[in-house]
Amino acid sequence: MLLETPTPPKADAPPAVPPYKGQDVRAFYKTGARRVTGEQSTKRMAWVVQVTAVRDHQDKAAFAELFAYFAPRVKSFLMKSGASPDMAEECTQEVMATLWNKAKMFDPTKASVSTWIFTIARNRKIDILRKQRRPEPEDLPWGPEAEPDQSEAIVLQQETEKLGQALAALPSEQRKLIERAYYGELSHSEIAAETGLPLGTIKSRIRLALDRLRHAMK
Amino acid sequence: MMNTIKHHLTEPLLMGYAAGTLPEAFNLVVATHISMCDSCRAALSAYDAVGGEVMLDAEPIAMAEDALAATMALIANAPSVDAMPKPPLRNGIFPAPLHDYVDGDLVSVKWRRVGGGVSQMILQTSNDASVRLLRIPAGTAVPDHGHGGMELTLVLQGAFVDETDRFGTGDVEVANEDMNHTPVAEAGMDCICLAATDAPLRFTGILPRFAQRFVGI
Repeated sequence: MLLETPTPPKADAPPAVPPYKGQDVRAFYKTGARRVTGEQSTKRMAWVVQVTAVRDHQDKAAFAELFAYFAPRVKSFLMKSGASPDMAEECTQEVMATLWNKAKMFDPTKASVSTWIFTIARNRKIDILRKQRRPEPEDLPWGPEAEPDQSEAIVLQQETEKLGQALAALPSEQRKLIERAYYGELSHSEIAAETGLPLGTIKSRIRLALDRLRHAMK
Repeated sequence: MMNTIKHHLTEPLLMGYAAGTLPEAFNLVVATHISMCDSCRAALSAYDAVGGEVMLDAEPIAMAEDALAATMALIANAPSVDAMPKPPLRNGIFPAPLHDYVDGDLVSVKWRRVGGGVSQMILQTSNDASVRLLRIPAGTAVPDHGHGGMELTLVLQGAFVDETDRFGTGDVEVANEDMNHTPVAEAGMDCICLAATDAPLRFTGILPRFAQRFVGI
């Protein structure tokens, strides 16, 4: 936990060029968002602002905050997935470097920062630990918008927060099962054999993603 | 983008794909289906989110003291990524992930006959499972076969019918080990499928056993 710090809004940072349709998100989450979305979603919006600062201003302070929070968790995830401490350390540094290099691809209306970093770490894990190619779905013909809609981003962050809370509220056996699936301790046939996947838990998150896709196609 | 897809990926497959624990051959079928299917794309984003939450909840393990500096050095040495990925140019029937593995579209497939008019091309993946393209002439049956493991069959063109249902373009059939079926390609058009299995297929009957020697699985 050496590098771990909470991620408060960066009071000392210079005001960002407003990343969302003419509004300053920092001002926004300091006022309205906290009231509307609660502390946890505010934290998620703070991550979004940090990634945006990395994207738009190569903001090293914002990156350091993301690093302090996420790197120890990525490392832990990789070690639980079977990486040695050295390999996990190296791999985590690469994952965090990828975050910087691909900040332009991040779309807060599609994913929470935690989700996005997880997918980068997972792909690195497949590459390094499993030594396989990772076929990815075709990109949709529309990429992330230059100025994603702020309210859509907030709804997505809230929905992801709700998902996290629903997972935390599961009976511990069921929760352990999910963790084991993501750490690679269950084969696909074992996942299939285990009944009681908490589909209900993630249903509203799926519905939201589908609404977004349909909306984007119009 | 198709709205006629009726047979989708199962929850465990989506979770396995999000977790990154499926064999490469299955990943290819999953990624290809998701390229064609909105609802599975949406579901995958939710299973990715589950992965993010699992990761957030992992007990933090301290990084090396110079980790941030080392990462900044990695960043300084990396070529910058300026361009957004280009939107896919699709003028064939293979979605991008499959196009990558074949290195082209349908015309680039190097078919080998496996008997009964059926042709295949095995695609190169890790050897914990295998994946092939199958071309079944219109109206033709694929030998009745059971499965030692799981088999995923994604229709890319045409349709087939078996004892369970009809599978049209974009549909994926998930068959487990206790299933025996005889897929028959619908009349009118050759059926092109992408099929992955994590065990050798067991053909039943004399002619199919003969065919199996050619299939080499």
